[in-house]
Amino acid sequence: MKTETRLEHLQPPSMIGKLLRRLHIDIPLFLCLFLTALLSFVILYSSGGQDFGQLLRQAARVGLAFLLMTALAQVNPMQFKRYSAILFGIGIFLLIAVLIMGEIGKGAQRWLDLGFFRFQPSEMIKITTPMMIAWYLAEHHLPPKPKQVLIAAFLIILPTLLIAKQPDLGTALLVASAGAAVLFFAGLSYWFVLAIIGGVGASTPVIWHLMHDYQRDRVRIFLNPEADPLGRGYHIIQSKIAIGSGGIYGKGWLGSTQSELDFLPESSTDFIFAVFAEEFGLFGCLGLLTLYLLIIARSLYIASQARDSYNRLLASALAFTFFVYVFVNIGMVIGILPVVGVPLPLISYGGTSIVTLLSGFGILMSIHTHQKFSIA
Amino acid sequence: MDRVFLIKNDQAESRLFLRRIYVALTFIVLLTAGLIVRLVYLQIVGHEHYATLAKENSIKLTPVPPTRGIIYDRNGKILAENTPSYSLELIPEQIEDINDTLARLQALLDLPDEKIEQFHKQRKREKRFNSVALLPAMTDEELAKFAVSMPFFPGVEIKTHQVRHYPYYDLAAHVVGYVGRINETELKNLPMPEYQGTNYIGKLGIERTYETQLHGKTGYAEIETNVQGRSLNTINEVKPVPGANLYLTLDIDLQKTAYDALDFYNGAVVAIDVKTGGVLVFASRPGFDPNPFVVGISGEAYKALNESENQPLYNRALRGLYPPGSTLKPFIALAGLEYDKIHAPQSLYCPGYYTLPGVDHKYRDWRKGGHGSVDMIRAITESCDVYFYRLAQMLGIQNMHDFLQQFGFGEKTGIDLYGETSGLLPSPAWKQAKRKQRWYEGETLISGIGQGYHQVSPLQLARATATLANHGEVVTPFLVDKLITPQGVLKGPEKHGETIPLKAGHLDAIFAGMINVVHSAAGTAKRIGYGIPYQIAGKTGTAQVFGIKQGAKYNESEIDFKLRDNALFVAFAPADDPKIAVAVVVEHGSHGGTVAAPIAGKVIKQYLKTLDED
Repeated sequence: MKTETRLEHLQPPSMIGKLLRRLHIDIPLFLCLFLTALLSFVILYSSGGQDFGQLLRQAARVGLAFLLMTALAQVNPMQFKRYSAILFGIGIFLLIAVLIMGEIGKGAQRWLDLGFFRFQPSEMIKITTPMMIAWYLAEHHLPPKPKQVLIAAFLIILPTLLIAKQPDLGTALLVASAGAAVLFFAGLSYWFVLAIIGGVGASTPVIWHLMHDYQRDRVRIFLNPEADPLGRGYHIIQSKIAIGSGGIYGKGWLGSTQSELDFLPESSTDFIFAVFAEEFGLFGCLGLLTLYLLIIARSLYIASQARDSYNRLLASALAFTFFVYVFVNIGMVIGILPVVGVPLPLISYGGTSIVTLLSGFGILMSIHTHQKFSIA
Repeated sequence: MDRVFLIKNDQAESRLFLRRIYVALTFIVLLTAGLIVRLVYLQIVGHEHYATLAKENSIKLTPVPPTRGIIYDRNGKILAENTPSYSLELIPEQIEDINDTLARLQALLDLPDEKIEQFHKQRKREKRFNSVALLPAMTDEELAKFAVSMPFFPGVEIKTHQVRHYPYYDLAAHVVGYVGRINETELKNLPMPEYQGTNYIGKLGIERTYETQLHGKTGYAEIETNVQGRSLNTINEVKPVPGANLYLTLDIDLQKTAYDALDFYNGAVVAIDVKTGGVLVFASRPGFDPNPFVVGISGEAYKALNESENQPLYNRALRGLYPPGSTLKPFIALAGLEYDKIHAPQSLYCPGYYTLPGVDHKYRDWRKGGHGSVDMIRAITESCDVYFYRLAQMLGIQNMHDFLQQFGFGEKTGIDLYGETSGLLPSPAWKQAKRKQRWYEGETLISGIGQGYHQVSPLQLARATATLANHGEVVTPFLVDKLITPQGVLKGPEKHGETIPLKAGHLDAIFAGMINVVHSAAGTAKRIGYGIPYQIAGKTGTAQVFGIKQGAKYNESEIDFKLRDNALFVAFAPADDPKIAVAVVVEHGSHGGTVAAPIAGKVIKQYLKTLDED
């Protein structure tokens, strides 16, 4: 509690600050997120061919996502805990529904068409999986015993497989890592961690066998992009050219030739980091990474201050998943990871991922801002 | 139990958790450092290399577009081909004074200002050092004039392109379709590396359905270029794979016969090979010339086509919906036999009208005095309405609906063309859902003679006739017979045929009635049956375009052409071993027997004659 008081004295006693605190908004986290969102508009304007309409559409989505974050911050974390299992169950049910409908529609199916809007259950499960695991583990003594680890592992693998079947490898990866993060923060024995790493290594041939053809192609291309420079290796080669040609200082805002001349595909969505790196250079990249690290550090700090195990586990897992997001996307764009469809968090064009991410931060803020009241 | 009395050692858990946070943080920092190392490698160590690549100073990958596949008819006659065309192109970066050059070109070739404006617009869209077209298709005269003065125009060049050409013009435009310039929406959905260097894409018909196969696979050349973007030499080349050549089941000569026979009428003719489902004729009149669409049709010409009251752009064979009229009667008769509501020899009396108990309304027969006592064969031959009113009443609408559905009425046929409509096969459930009204018995009666809510396309009608001729084995129509690719010959779409369970002998009366339509003195289409060594089985239809009031008389000469009845005819031949099934719809043709049947007759006779000759 001392930390809280100290922090409050450090805040400038401005109207906005008061209002944000009243709204259960964590100011440092909010500032970092807001700054990143502004930065995303700057990049998007350039990568999207200076399309102001597109920018406005994205701004509207981001605005909505911030509203949702604020709304979630108002909810007492006790409520998240109470409904964890139900929300998880609903998520699993919807994933199965989507799979069955996909089966009927013959082809990849990720959306559930509710008539008035389309909803992607795999997005919701990104948050409800760590909620579920955190709730389950927090009900027992930590660190978890082998039996609990096995049950938790099952609860993680179930949605992961359902999503991988859609097929959406990127999201499956994020859900699995969110769940695994909870286990790790709950104090999973390092022997287990080693065993899992060993197990994944050993099961690589099996996974390879289960993958779709296009997923296998992506791995092949990742290993040797030059093999097919005009076809499937095109993305990685062009994005490396964009990043490398940016140099230390970059070509300046709107100076990207790679995306401007259409060499770089998906330059506003999954590959937007390449445009950013081309225009703002190594310094820009270091700046963006710093911003991301600040968000992660603040989130982990919030986790460390949380009072009960559920809150700690959920907060830390959300923070860690955010890092996985960043790492997988940038890793793929700079050619050290295979191409999986994961957007650059808070920056890539599109509304779905930003809504999920900011929902996560809304929960973090709720965890952080409600505890002093509950103690008093 | 465990949960209720769980007393946690929070301090220990908290310490454990904090340790984990530090481990995670270390992990995160290490991985981030990995990212930074890679970025440093790309942006500092590799910067020179990648900057060069980015500027295209060294190697430029130039896509080499594949040649589009050719479309043939079943006899190898070319329906769509590639012909060379010459365009006048400028590379703005290589011209000192672009305005001066344009002014001189305008004077030399007598160009309108519009062309120059278009050029400026186009130029903004192109990449640097790419050539921009001033004249996309040069005439021979322009070509000759420019060739002489070429040395005075540095940076201006003549480029050869392949342009799609359709040698049969309006005859098969609705089937073959056409290609056109890729528009912005299409551009977004295209697999980009594959379409670099390709300017055209199939917009309609076979050109659209088989776009992927016709397009082929783009090759590329690695070309060394200097700072100005000039090509120095080719280092490596991967040849493009040309698109597949398509052989259609269509017979273009037969198509021409059908199209010409429609004459000044609007309408459609569809003929299907009964044994395979291959479409032999797919004519919709009026047609349109697809060639202007390839190079870009002028707004004015397009408006004229689009707003013409004959609607030449409208594919009547595929999308036109008409009440089937009496052509539905053989199917209703068969339903009567299958549901055991009537026997073929059983006679019903036709006084010229039919009434429902307790209702004043008279459902009239087309023959005022009636047909007298008619059995099933005569009812089909003379197209007796009263017989079918009665039969429809006995069957009930639900049975009719279920039976007709098996022949593909109310459903898409699955032909390999976009934009098919499913038509309308009425049922009480449909009426309740769509019109929120209950079904009336009078509607059952008129459904029995193919009037009322029934809507079928000529393609559906031909398919149902082929299925009937095929003894209930469902025929699925298709247009592409085979694809000739560099890897070998591929077959067209898969055909699957379920068989409608029909009792042995039931078809005999139906076929006999349909043969009599063409080959007996009382038949409604008797004039097409003379002088052929085989028999044709057919059925005429005349479908009302608008309703006539009770008691009023339909007088053909008195009414406006546009309000005249549609004329229909379905047929298959030879009756004992059916090879071809035809459906003809003539808008406002008035009489199935005199207008529609002769068209089908010509198609059948020509096709069977060529089969004989082979």
